[in-house]
Amino acid sequence: MSVSTEAAAHGHEVHDHPEYMRHQFDDMEQQNDAANLGMWLFLLTEVMFFGGFFLGYSIYRSEYYDSFVIGSQNLDVFLGGLNTVALITSSVTMAFAVRAAQLGKKNHILIFLVLTLILGLVFMVNKYIEYSHKLHDGLIPGYNFLWTGLGDGQSIQLFYSFYFCMTGTHGLHVLIGLVLIVWLLIRVWQDKFTTEYYAPIENFGLYWHFVDLVWIFLFPLLYLIGGLAV
Amino acid sequence: MSTIAQQGAAEHRMPRDHFLNAAYTIKSWLLTMDHKRVGLLYLFSISFFFLIGGTFASLIRLELATPEADLMEADQYNVAFSMHGIVMIFFFLIPSIPAVFGNFIMPLMIGAKDVAFPKLNLMSWYLFIFGGTFGVLTTLLGGVDTGWTFYTPFSSTYSNSNVILAGMAAFIAGFSSILTGLNFMVTIHKMRAPGITWFKMPLFVWGMYATSLIMVLGTPVIAITLALMMVERGLQIGIFDPALGGDPVLFQHLFWFYSHPAVYIMILPGMGVISEVIAAFSRKRIFGYDFIAMSSVSIAVLGFFVWGHHLFVSGQSIYAGMVFSFITMLVAVPSAIKVFNWMATIYRGSVSYDAPMLYALGFIGLFSVGGLTGVFLAIMGLDIHMHDTYFVVAHFHYVMVGGAVTAFMAALHFWWPKISGRMYPEGWSRLAAFLIFAGFNMTFFPQFIVGYLGMPRRYHVYPEEWQLLNIMSSAGATVLAVAFIVPVIYLLWSLKNGKIAGPNPWRATGLEWILSSPPPEHNFPTTPIVEEEPYDYGEIIENPVHRDEEEKEHEHA
Ligand code: HEM
Ligand SMILES: [Cu+2]
Repeated sequence: MSVSTEAAAHGHEVHDHPEYMRHQFDDMEQQNDAANLGMWLFLLTEVMFFGGFFLGYSIYRSEYYDSFVIGSQNLDVFLGGLNTVALITSSVTMAFAVRAAQLGKKNHILIFLVLTLILGLVFMVNKYIEYSHKLHDGLIPGYNFLWTGLGDGQSIQLFYSFYFCMTGTHGLHVLIGLVLIVWLLIRVWQDKFTTEYYAPIENFGLYWHFVDLVWIFLFPLLYLIGGLAV
Repeated sequence: MSTIAQQGAAEHRMPRDHFLNAAYTIKSWLLTMDHKRVGLLYLFSISFFFLIGGTFASLIRLELATPEADLMEADQYNVAFSMHGIVMIFFFLIPSIPAVFGNFIMPLMIGAKDVAFPKLNLMSWYLFIFGGTFGVLTTLLGGVDTGWTFYTPFSSTYSNSNVILAGMAAFIAGFSSILTGLNFMVTIHKMRAPGITWFKMPLFVWGMYATSLIMVLGTPVIAITLALMMVERGLQIGIFDPALGGDPVLFQHLFWFYSHPAVYIMILPGMGVISEVIAAFSRKRIFGYDFIAMSSVSIAVLGFFVWGHHLFVSGQSIYAGMVFSFITMLVAVPSAIKVFNWMATIYRGSVSYDAPMLYALGFIGLFSVGGLTGVFLAIMGLDIHMHDTYFVVAHFHYVMVGGAVTAFMAALHFWWPKISGRMYPEGWSRLAAFLIFAGFNMTFFPQFIVGYLGMPRRYHVYPEEWQLLNIMSSAGATVLAVAFIVPVIYLLWSLKNGKIAGPNPWRATGLEWILSSPPPEHNFPTTPIVEEEPYDYGEIIENPVHRDEEEKEHEHA
């Protein structure tokens, strides 16, 4: 067989690579490409995951449109809107953090990651406030749901089921994101990244933008059915 | 019937250093980053689950030996077939070939030092074990009785068994599968050695790629579906419960959107294995390489558009049914393309009948029967009669056991010398292959007949007139059970006593065969450069070299 085991074009001596390069790769380019592709594929699985929710949502929304309008108009558009602003802004700060990582400016990375962290926390606090209102008003499906207003309570409960499942899963993603930011901050602080190796920051950025994007779909679909109620 | 193993005359020695003797501690296994060891971890784990699933199967066949309920009550019987299905599908067949041989062999085939993300790979195994623990717990606490399909509202409202535990088991195992698929896709995209272009990849790698695509795109949907089902059971929120305004058919749609593609997760890796084995034991370049490669991908893609054939009688619109029926029949086309290409490869090849080849030949026949009966079921009018009868049970066992499990056995026997460095006893291995083939057909062929006569699936009693066919089936199952134990014994025996295999006992092409058996810890000392096509057997046929001369050539190289 004429397969040669001679070193390939980008073959290398065993010990000449930096500590952040994993042994299974030939060079940093391959490692970074692999990490990027891995993240994109992961996001694809997330799209399919949320896709199940969106499908169910669409079906019941078309079946019980009136109840979805009533349910929707009971949500707090102000807090939801504030959260939308917070997340979009955090996407901007995250993009700046990635740029700073490309340029190797440690302080800027730290600043922008902290800003992203704060905005993410704002989102979670708002969400907490919203959820506790709903708990207080007896709007938690299957737990204390009691609809006293106009409309068909059963299908309004269905709306709230989707509301909690979707925003809950999304919130879980934000929470995981916050934990990852803290982990990144520590790594940046310890000078683990270089201008050649910052893939974790970049890929976390992709994740964070994705989480933001999901919210941008969730906000109108959940809060604005039937137009703004003023 | 001559075999390649019989022709082997040369003596070999075991390599001095290899991945198995690199370290012996338990820790070196449980924290391994070596794709080969992860593959073996999976091999042990799925063998364990195969044993559990097989035990439930034996209970089912025992109960069905008589028309009356003598061994089990209805409820216990429900648990038996549900646990059998859940364990076999989620914990044996879905991980089987990808997680064992995809992990062990695929990186070797493309000349990589490991998969792209070794830590993630190990994590997949831990997730699998974590999910498996839930599965075992479910069993110990009395099992679940919803069937492997978890249909609502029975699962979400009425069942009194451990639905949430079993759901968690499948949910968590799903993430293991997602991560494996992701890892493989990145590995195949980014880790191929120079010279291995897309159309020079061995067909097993194409099979792995198509499978991974389904794992990545489909598995998240089953995850969300099971999650919603569990939330609904816990809180009664009503997404799938008609009493609360929900729609149980939505569950079926979501469930089959994954679970139909999942049947291709089970069969595509097997098809990849068969392409390797057929070429190696016909000593011929595979016929229609491009078609086989592309048919894997088109099966994976088409497989996402046929789920409605499971809902012909569930109240799905008849027009939707017609479309699903048509697309389902389309899937048979790429499947048939593969079968014809394998046959053309065997035709005028110089065929030898070692155990892997016996399994491969069995696969072709059994898969054809399974696939063709699938086309029967895809015909809406016919399916109204056959849905939920033993005909369906026979159909999917022909593809899943006759196809996928047979291919798993082919893979195990083909690559065992590579994995262990030793040959297994030839006579026994061929005997086991025959027994499995015979036992399998005895078990499942009668089910086609009894199903066509109208015997429904999932009942523990039946009218007396069907007893003969059921006894045949139970007797076949006994043969099958014995036949699966035989390889366990001789493979374990061979670990110590088998003849030393040498790097390439089958004289097969492919990068995995230029490495020592067992392979070195880090596979290739330097990244290999590949110049020729896969399946370069042409030379061997045109001027057959005497085996020993070829051996010498190898030693000089
Ligand atoms: C040639 C391709 C195939 C066709 C046309 C086909 C068609 C079908 C149809 C129409 C059904 C529904 C029958 C019913 O419930 O009434 C079915 C069921 C089933 N098929 Fe196939 N099939 C094919 C290949 C496969 C393969 C390769 C596998 C697995 C490796 C498989 C596994 C199953 C299973 C597990 C079920 C039953 C699921 C259940 O209800 O529990 N099929 N098939
Ligand atoms: Cu199907």
